[in-house]
Amino acid sequence: MQNNTFYNEVLTDHNLHPVHKHHLEGANFSLEGVNPSCGDDIVLSLKVEDGKIVDGAYEGDGCAISQASADMMLDLVIGKSKDEAQRLADIFLRMIKGTVTEEEMEELEEASILSDVSHMPARVKCAVLGWHTMQEMLEEV
Amino acid sequence: MTEKDKLIRKEFPILKNRNVIYLDNAATSQKPPCVIEAANQYYSMHNANPLRGLYELSVDATDAYENARKTVADFIGAARPEEIVFTRNASESLNLIAYSYARTFLKEGDEIICTIAEHHSNMLPWQQAAKATGAKLTYLYCEKDGTLTPEMLEEIISEKTKLVAVTQISNVFGRLNDIKGFAKVAHANGALLVADGAQSVPHVPVDVQDLDCDFMAFSGHKMFAPMGIGALYAKYDLLEKMPPFLFGGEMIEYVTTEGATYAEVPHKFEAGTVNVGGAVGLAEAIRFMQRFGWETITKREDELTAYAMEKMKEYPYVHVIGSDDPKEHHGILTFKLDGVHPHDIAAIFDEHGIAVRAGHHCAQPLMKYLGTLSTTRASLAFYNNKEDIDAFIETLMEIRKEMGYAE
Ligand SMILES: Cc1ncc(COP(=O)(O)O)c(C=O)c1O
Repeated sequence: MQNNTFYNEVLTDHNLHPVHKHHLEGANFSLEGVNPSCGDDIVLSLKVEDGKIVDGAYEGDGCAISQASADMMLDLVIGKSKDEAQRLADIFLRMIKGTVTEEEMEELEEASILSDVSHMPARVKCAVLGWHTMQEMLEEV
Repeated sequence: MTEKDKLIRKEFPILKNRNVIYLDNAATSQKPPCVIEAANQYYSMHNANPLRGLYELSVDATDAYENARKTVADFIGAARPEEIVFTRNASESLNLIAYSYARTFLKEGDEIICTIAEHHSNMLPWQQAAKATGAKLTYLYCEKDGTLTPEMLEEIISEKTKLVAVTQISNVFGRLNDIKGFAKVAHANGALLVADGAQSVPHVPVDVQDLDCDFMAFSGHKMFAPMGIGALYAKYDLLEKMPPFLFGGEMIEYVTTEGATYAEVPHKFEAGTVNVGGAVGLAEAIRFMQRFGWETITKREDELTAYAMEKMKEYPYVHVIGSDDPKEHHGILTFKLDGVHPHDIAAIFDEHGIAVRAGHHCAQPLMKYLGTLSTTRASLAFYNNKEDIDAFIETLMEIRKEMGYAE
């Protein structure tokens, strides 16, 4: 079998052993994100205090890309300010559109492994589901 | 590859040009050169606007179109060519029945029955027609393995039922439904039977007179013909009493500022300039299938389905939806793979050059009934061969490992 699969170990690990997939006690923001065409469905929860994301989690179902992407996103944004999280979300979404610099991509840490999705139009919605949901939610904060 | 495989493969250049193992035939089939050439020939030699010109070319175009209608009529055993209305696809054919027949002849208190296993195209038109007329839409539930019998219809049908819509072959289960039996039950209760032939006409011999269905819808593109041409079969007396569906050119006899009298069946249902290139392509696709013959087509599809199912059964993480009997699948293998989402399954198949379908297969109510959001589907045509299945199985057994499972 060829080994140039998009489903590398980082991605499959986040999918099979997510760190942040659980119910979040004491969350003060919660929003559902859905991709009706593929059935990806997550509920993202954040605990935001003084403009800082102190904790976060997600629950739901979906393909490996949607699940791993949400898990990596939470790895990245927990502990960051709301504005910083928004900035990272903007970088991630531009990465998926293919308009991002190397330096910016580095800021995404593990989440940068999803950059190939920019060549996989069918999977864009899966990769951005968590990020879009977070963006929408933080606008309300 | 056997000699026969090679011979058949030669008819489908895309399978070589794109180096793809194509297992999404229930979505659309590939096209042989004879079909492409027939459309080409029409546009190179005979093209004019048919049915209206008084010059030779237009007469040529008219002949090409009407000959195609005859070929289609003969292929499905219609009593006369006028019983075939050309449409864009099965969806348009079903909408034609819903708009023209159901909205005219159904009223409040009437009932439409369709099965839960229907493709959205044989469900939404009935939902809308029910809303528009005040008729009630009732669902006939299949068993979880897709079984649907005329006896099950018998239990819920009543004298209120005016229309029953059933697919002949489900695009999820691949099961062949007893349309003749359903038609009998429908008729005994004063209802008409609509058969969705989108998956059956390409894969099994269909004789509408023997089935005694009142309507049958199908698409050319799933049976080696170009996209954009499909057909509705309806019994002649029904077409006569049904009002036009779309209005405009070529469907009229005489027009005044107040109104019009309509052209004869079937032209009154074919408003505007028609798709002659598509119709000619469809007729050629039928001749193409006839050159191989049903025996070759069904035998190959059955053998490959049986071979694939046998291998799938050996792998404990795979669950094929529907019957355990390959003969009840007609090349359609919808399955779940434990722990892996269908979109990831399809993506990994794609990485290995294999095209399969993932999702709800345009049957969301059925998926919900089966307790799943989506599934993966491999669907065969007679140009597939044993090597395709071997590659499919080999990849299938790798997917869980690629997704990080130990086995
Ligand atoms: C059973 C069934 N009915 C109807 C359709 C609709 O066909 P089309 O999209 O060509 O109108 C399909 C195709 O996907 C089908 O499988």
